[in-house]
Amino acid sequence: MTEHILRMSGITKTFPGVKALQDVTLSVRQGEIHAICGENGAGKSTLMKVLSGVYPHGDYEGEIFFEGKRCEFGGIRDSEHAGIVIIHQELALSPQLSIAENIFLGNERAKRGFIDWNRTNYEAGELMKRVGLRENPTTPISDIGVGKQQLVEIAKALSKKVKLLILDEPTAALNDDDSAHLLDLLRGLRDEGITCVIISHKLNEVTAIADSVTIIRDGRTIETLDMVTDHVTEDRIISGMVGRALDNRYPPHEPTIGEEALRIEDWTVYSPSQPDRKVVDGAALTLRRGEIVGLAGLMGAGRTELAMSLFGRTYGVNISGKVFKDGKPITIRNVQDAINHGIAYASEDRKRYGLNLIEDIKRNISAAGLKSLAKRGWVNENEEYRVAEEFHKSMNIKAPSVNSVVGKLSGGNQQKVVLSKWIMTEPDVLILDEPTRGIDVGAKYEIYTIINHLADQGKAVLVISSELPELLGLCDRIYTLSEGRITGEVPRQEATQESLMHLMTKGQE
Amino acid sequence: MTIGRASVPAKYLPVLVTGCLLVAMFVVGGIRYEGFAGGQVILNVFIDNGFLLVVAVGMTFVILTGGIDLSVGSVVALSTMVAASLMEGPGWPPYLVVPLVLAIGSGLGLVMGYIVQAFDIQPFIVTLAGMFLARGLCYTIGTDSIPIDDPTFTAFAQTRIDLFADLWISPSVIIALVVVGVAAYVLHYTRFGRSVYATGGSEQSALLMGLPVGRTKIAVYTVSGFCSALGGVLLSFYMLSGYGQHAVAMELDAIAAVVIGGTLLTGGSGFLFGTVLGVLVLGLIQTILSFEGTLSSWWTKIFIGMLLFVFILLQRLFSRRSGR
Repeated sequence: MTEHILRMSGITKTFPGVKALQDVTLSVRQGEIHAICGENGAGKSTLMKVLSGVYPHGDYEGEIFFEGKRCEFGGIRDSEHAGIVIIHQELALSPQLSIAENIFLGNERAKRGFIDWNRTNYEAGELMKRVGLRENPTTPISDIGVGKQQLVEIAKALSKKVKLLILDEPTAALNDDDSAHLLDLLRGLRDEGITCVIISHKLNEVTAIADSVTIIRDGRTIETLDMVTDHVTEDRIISGMVGRALDNRYPPHEPTIGEEALRIEDWTVYSPSQPDRKVVDGAALTLRRGEIVGLAGLMGAGRTELAMSLFGRTYGVNISGKVFKDGKPITIRNVQDAINHGIAYASEDRKRYGLNLIEDIKRNISAAGLKSLAKRGWVNENEEYRVAEEFHKSMNIKAPSVNSVVGKLSGGNQQKVVLSKWIMTEPDVLILDEPTRGIDVGAKYEIYTIINHLADQGKAVLVISSELPELLGLCDRIYTLSEGRITGEVPRQEATQESLMHLMTKGQE
Repeated sequence: MTIGRASVPAKYLPVLVTGCLLVAMFVVGGIRYEGFAGGQVILNVFIDNGFLLVVAVGMTFVILTGGIDLSVGSVVALSTMVAASLMEGPGWPPYLVVPLVLAIGSGLGLVMGYIVQAFDIQPFIVTLAGMFLARGLCYTIGTDSIPIDDPTFTAFAQTRIDLFADLWISPSVIIALVVVGVAAYVLHYTRFGRSVYATGGSEQSALLMGLPVGRTKIAVYTVSGFCSALGGVLLSFYMLSGYGQHAVAMELDAIAAVVIGGTLLTGGSGFLFGTVLGVLVLGLIQTILSFEGTLSSWWTKIFIGMLLFVFILLQRLFSRRSGR
């Protein structure tokens, strides 16, 4: 056995009210590519933040040994000094600066306080050669594509004499060519003796490149497997990722399914930042009244992008495809159109996109449906108060009064405010994006009950969720999305976590 | 949670602090100086700052959406200049001149708002450009001060509306208070007002709620342009002249008044009543210094500077608490 370059043991990290990591163990051998797999929210990124010092020593429990030495990182600078570099999913580059400037940012090649531009550009050129990036070092970052920006990040890591390189979802935003090039590069780095930890949802990539894999589920380490000696396959990883039983955390529900409410055909959306990349690719969905439909997909599969592009073109460019409401074709140009056609969308990011945190409950509830409370522009405040008070009771929003500021409520109660807001617009179709994210178990049950109730009123509900048990417990039918394409449509009776995960990780053939 | 003790909702706190400050200043002034405690001192503050109050009302709309309008001082000056030149040169009557001036101000605001919205440019830059433009336009009309002797304007300037017990105000004060009343009503009781708060609170979520964010942003700059022009008309009642050097740096006084009045510079929170208090605080500082007599008028700036620091820190604490 080769020696371990990194050993993390007993790592426990608690956020207010949530145990994100519980007694996690991770051992990485010298000079290997080590993959970390797990569902969204399993704790992978948190673990890497602990390792890289984003959460400083003392913020978590447990021990980290790097190259045999016990480490207590106080910040990213400390971990980088030790030779650990993390490349986040959202690249940390300064778009207006040149490639060379970015590579040496914070680590400038300088003589007596003045930057030595010749040396900067020359050394940048050498590093760029190592990562196979053929560009002029003086080109600004904003002029090169995401794939090449990823290479700049790696070159930057190399300039810091990296020993352990951590990549968080490195290929999530890349097209196939760039992904292949990146994986080749990682193999090359391994041959140079650089150890890599890679977090990825793309299991075909993991099986292709990794030497060993650690599976994390619900903040705990499940197992570490050696790809060769344990004969690891994609199926093997999937069963580790999802292996958990369904319990009765979901209210029982008998659906009464009616007419088709919304149908989309051949829905294609391009990324606004890379206009040549399809984020949603020819998707087709049908939602029926009284039915709760799930949309499953891993991070980067295009779930939110699909929903937002449908909801008044709030995401994406070059959107094409057909939308039918109650069987009739409609066009939706903006959010107002979507609301008028009876479509509502509750964002996955409540705090940023769903609420005005510094405003009170009643004004948040009335914001989208204010038209029904106003005559010729004048708002009827008494009516507004009455309506808000009704929701306060019927939704069981736990707050002293409807005048309480929304920013001070718990996640579950904030979500109830968001749902109230949309119910007030009297929609026929509700798209709920991660409706229970960041909400504690008890409140989740309440949200599920509300969703069931909405379906019973004859509304069509589309639930987007990262938690497969949630989709299986709540939905009548589930679509799977992978790399922007609908890869499956499964009735609840036939769906299992394993079968869904297969469809969700199905790559491009 | 507040159990067993009365608490003020956090959003009223900054206004309350400003109100207390105003009362404290008045009490201290009343104790120190003879003749201060009479109500006329406060009324004089209104009389001397009616135009600032109107301009600050427009600024409140803009700041509530999270924007800023640097052009207001220049638009005020341009308004006095246009009014004075048209009445003195071709001898236009005031009932034509005043609507024209208001239209010019609103038009300038509309154009700036449109540029901010359509091209997604920071309001700071757009209104900075507007500020130079309007100030420059003053000098194309004339480089010297143009006196106004139109009878209507002089009547407005000299009329004293007697209240009770020797107290009096000028017609400008009534106009300013009407503006405040209408604006407060619009902000709190119309869908437009709600959109203003929602846009400032979180533009992204306002967009996803289907609110007319674009129209709202254009509208607030138009409102601000209108208020600046009206402020210009009031200033020409007060000064009885039009001049390119009028209202230099007034945009800063207006911003200071709005901030001291407790409106969050990032938008979404604040009250028009706070702005009224803010203008009164600024005016009262000047009054106190004139009563003091020995201090140079630059002390006004020093006090305003210190007050601004205090209020910005206060807002920081306030927004940090409610952000959790």
